[in-house]
Amino acid sequence: MDFQVVILAGGFSSNLVPLVSKEVPKALLPVANRPVLSYVLDLLESNNLKDLIVVVEGEDAALKVGGWISSACVDRLHVEVAAVAENVGTAGALRAIAHHLTANDILIVSGDIVSDIPPGAVAATHRRHDAAVTVMLCAQPVSGPSESGGSGGKDKTKKPACEDIVGLDSWKQFLLYIAKGTEIKKDTRVNKSILCAAGKMELRSDLMDSHIYAFKRSVLQEVLDQKPAFRSLKQDVLPYLVRTQLRSDVSSDQNNVEENGNGKNNMQNNEVVLSQVLSNASLPSFHQVYESGLDSRKTHKCCVYIADESKYFVRLNSIQAFMDVNRDVIGDANHLSGYSFSAHHNIVHPSAELGSKTTVGPHCMLGEGSQVGDKCSVKRSVIGRHCRIGSNVKIVNSVVMDHATIGDGCSIQGSVICSNAQLQERVTLRDCQVEAGYIVCAGGEHKGETFARK
Amino acid sequence: MESRRNPRAVVDPKVRQVGFFTSSQPDSSSTQQQQQQTDPIPASASSPPVSTISPSGNSLSPVMIPPPRLNSSDTFPLRGAAAGASSAVSPSSFSYSNRRDFPDGSTTASPGRHSRGSFVKSSTPVASSLPGIGMDSMAAAKSSSVPASGLTTVSVATMPPGLAEKASGMEVQSDQKKNSKPLKEKTTKAERRAIQEAQRAAKAAAKADGGKVPPGTSASVASTSVKVAKPAKPSTQKNEVSVAAGVTEKKGGPSEKDRKKDAPHPRMQYDDESRVVKAKRRAVVKQTEAKNRVELFRHLPQYEHGTQLPDLETKFFQLDPMHPAVYKVGLQYLSGDISGGNARCIAMLQAFQEVVKDYSTPPEKNLNRDMTAKISSYVSFLIECRPLSISMGNAIRFVKNRIAKLPITLSESEAKAALQSDIERFINDKIIGADMVIVKHAVTKIRDGDVLLTYGSPTAVEMILLHAHELKKKFRVLVVDSRPKLEGQLLLRRLIKRGISCTYTHINAISYIMHEVTKVFLGASSVLSNGTVYSRVGTACVAMVASAFRVPVLVCCEAYKFHERVQLDSICSNELGDPNAISKVHGREDINYLDGLTNNANLQFLNLMYDATPSDYISMIITDYGMVPPTSVPVIVREYQKEHLLV
Repeated sequence: MDFQVVILAGGFSSNLVPLVSKEVPKALLPVANRPVLSYVLDLLESNNLKDLIVVVEGEDAALKVGGWISSACVDRLHVEVAAVAENVGTAGALRAIAHHLTANDILIVSGDIVSDIPPGAVAATHRRHDAAVTVMLCAQPVSGPSESGGSGGKDKTKKPACEDIVGLDSWKQFLLYIAKGTEIKKDTRVNKSILCAAGKMELRSDLMDSHIYAFKRSVLQEVLDQKPAFRSLKQDVLPYLVRTQLRSDVSSDQNNVEENGNGKNNMQNNEVVLSQVLSNASLPSFHQVYESGLDSRKTHKCCVYIADESKYFVRLNSIQAFMDVNRDVIGDANHLSGYSFSAHHNIVHPSAELGSKTTVGPHCMLGEGSQVGDKCSVKRSVIGRHCRIGSNVKIVNSVVMDHATIGDGCSIQGSVICSNAQLQERVTLRDCQVEAGYIVCAGGEHKGETFARK
Repeated sequence: MESRRNPRAVVDPKVRQVGFFTSSQPDSSSTQQQQQQTDPIPASASSPPVSTISPSGNSLSPVMIPPPRLNSSDTFPLRGAAAGASSAVSPSSFSYSNRRDFPDGSTTASPGRHSRGSFVKSSTPVASSLPGIGMDSMAAAKSSSVPASGLTTVSVATMPPGLAEKASGMEVQSDQKKNSKPLKEKTTKAERRAIQEAQRAAKAAAKADGGKVPPGTSASVASTSVKVAKPAKPSTQKNEVSVAAGVTEKKGGPSEKDRKKDAPHPRMQYDDESRVVKAKRRAVVKQTEAKNRVELFRHLPQYEHGTQLPDLETKFFQLDPMHPAVYKVGLQYLSGDISGGNARCIAMLQAFQEVVKDYSTPPEKNLNRDMTAKISSYVSFLIECRPLSISMGNAIRFVKNRIAKLPITLSESEAKAALQSDIERFINDKIIGADMVIVKHAVTKIRDGDVLLTYGSPTAVEMILLHAHELKKKFRVLVVDSRPKLEGQLLLRRLIKRGISCTYTHINAISYIMHEVTKVFLGASSVLSNGTVYSRVGTACVAMVASAFRVPVLVCCEAYKFHERVQLDSICSNELGDPNAISKVHGREDINYLDGLTNNANLQFLNLMYDATPSDYISMIITDYGMVPPTSVPVIVREYQKEHLLV
């Protein structure tokens, strides 16, 4: 279909600090014991997109991501990994791989999404309107553990009110305005000419940019070349394209009418008529009306695709989101996980060992080779592979990654224990994050803390 | 005007049958007839080369296994070779070749592995990246401060067939030839014939499993081919077989050919349930039948419009064999972005030009036959998006004829070039050129002081008006419009921009404004051989009012839209639009007077797209062969149609 897919699999995210590290790049953060990148790859594979370019920041991270992909997806996908320098931003990353982009349109997918929205829909909308850029918007997810109630704490207080503010035309086809909700303090400027041309603008704060974009390659490359200062796709490139949609500097390549140009003069005439017939046939978008009103103005279209509300979509960009995703993937959105659930709505690997009187509740996951001692209780939690959990341990709403060790009598609520971490006896954690390999001393009682080596 | 004819049509059903072609009688159809019916081009004139050939080729599943797996082997050595040089330039690319010691790395028999094997061999010590050495440095220079980075292939997979075909042209073909030879030998022609006969018999006996036979066979054949090709590790093999089967299954109907064979007849009777079920099973576009349909129009397809577009959009990447250009046109038909007979026809032909341009004959196949099959599968996809107009039917017939008539001696590139120029000639001569001639003729009929009425937004009429204005004729235009499409507004906008004085009104007011009109110019979707003009709904009303007021009615219609069919009413063949379009005002949720009634079982919406104007109400038809009375249409059809479409 002449689309190239680029996955921006980031490198390091400061929002996720104790969870990600040099050893675990963001893309490999486990969600229900699978790297988050695997969800993106699965989504693309199920849509028959098998030629992918994965862009990773930093050499080491790229090596790790590449190693994982080659072991997991060999024979299924044709993946190429590109390493770019750190901190170049999304736009910089695309600049670095720009010479590999050859297809007419580029589909750019963030590597940290867990979703079941078919990317084909964005591509189709993009093609249908012959747009310069098409953005997928989706409903704002219900953040925070609203139904489970257990955790919350500090995350609840800073729950983002609205992430993005988008302006749509009355047909909900075109993007007229986009801004980050946090950037808008008191007042904001809306381009008057766009507002006049479109006639009506609907401002919405309940939609969120999903970081799945379809770009026309020529437009994208031109913008990246012209504006070397642009660092981020979402914060620089996209608003720029939206802002300038009625006074386009980018050469949206000529209509596909021609290219059969062997005849000369009377052919030329015919072609004019031909394109006229074609353009007259359709309802003109406000871009065309505007273009025809003012001569020699060029426009490009910025389209949106609004995903169905029933679809699941979460971006893994904060610790809270990480908890949410883990909870949902083995809970409400379990069709994404790819596992088959037992009759108790949980997944206990056959090689996991459970002590006597230990209960594993629904919406739980117990990885391969993990051992759980006696009289433990596990609720709504994900426990990784080869973990050793002592007796009388209570784990609720938490994520325990591979090879963690938890001593007897611990109580863990709403926390993340990274791989190889160790909790000694009778530790009580509530809304804490424990870095990989960290050792929490016995008997402590902690709330809302982050354990990391300085 | 219809009221005169209706009683007859209703009292005596035989009259209605005259309107149909005999082949569309559903019950008595023999298998042969079925074959003809499923051919999207109804007319018998075109079918001989197509439909007699296609059945024999249809279930030759051994030939049509897409053998995609071997393809990658050809692409990667190239890539690897390029990589050798590029690694020096791109500092950030790194090597995986030494990491490539996964447990399964030793099996080189399976194509996937094979490709990787060769790939590793050619670039053992260095990293691999996309070819693009020259560009590397260029891009690095251009992109400020960000060093260009190379790509590293970390996982190689069998490419999807479409892509692979494109990526590696001729080499792959030779490779595939090798592969498919043994299969060929296994089944002789007679055997295939027998299999095919058996299949056909089975299909005729049990209609129910009609759609399912092809996927089964093709999948099984694919699996055998895989087995033949590579005695590899069982696990991967199973995986790939299942993938192959999955792909064929996913597509709805398995391969293009099967889809073509089962393509819904353009005038399928949609009140015949068994046929509808059958058609639905192979449909690409998910079609939910609308529940409340008007009794008289049950035989026409009507779908819940809301569901089709999103569903098709989500399948964007899953329709492998569909050409992007065709897909785009289909989406535009479905969403109504392109409407109007000429524009739809041109868009389709241009898409076909793209198809021809990107076409390469699969091995062991004949260009003429395979291309016809391909075009047919695209056409059936387009039909699912929106029923064909008669003009499109004629254009498709033309294209297929050109393909069938291609001399067998032509090389592939010559044949492609010939086809492309043929299609272009059709667009230029039969559509654009015809419009020019029509304009030349019609302008002579416009005098100073005329008041011209037009309805909707016909392209030819618009060109006439603009040309007459350029000739400094003094006239006024009355644009009559109707809901829900309000196409007239677009015409109005364009006319006013040129400085033509216009009046705009809706069709409700037609009898009031007809007093001042001196001539009526109308467009047409088609002119049938009894002189009936088949056009945008409302045209008949305008023509009838005009003739009641003794105002001449001139119909502008290119001759490629003429059709030999005879139709007496607008019931037997028509198109139903989106029923929501008449119950709602788009973009204005506040205007929704019928809210709450839409799901009432007693309420049925009828949004007809076309109507038939009897020839009595038409003074003259302006075509590229001159201005003729409606009675002369059969002459033009008889004398010129052959030359026109079959040349």
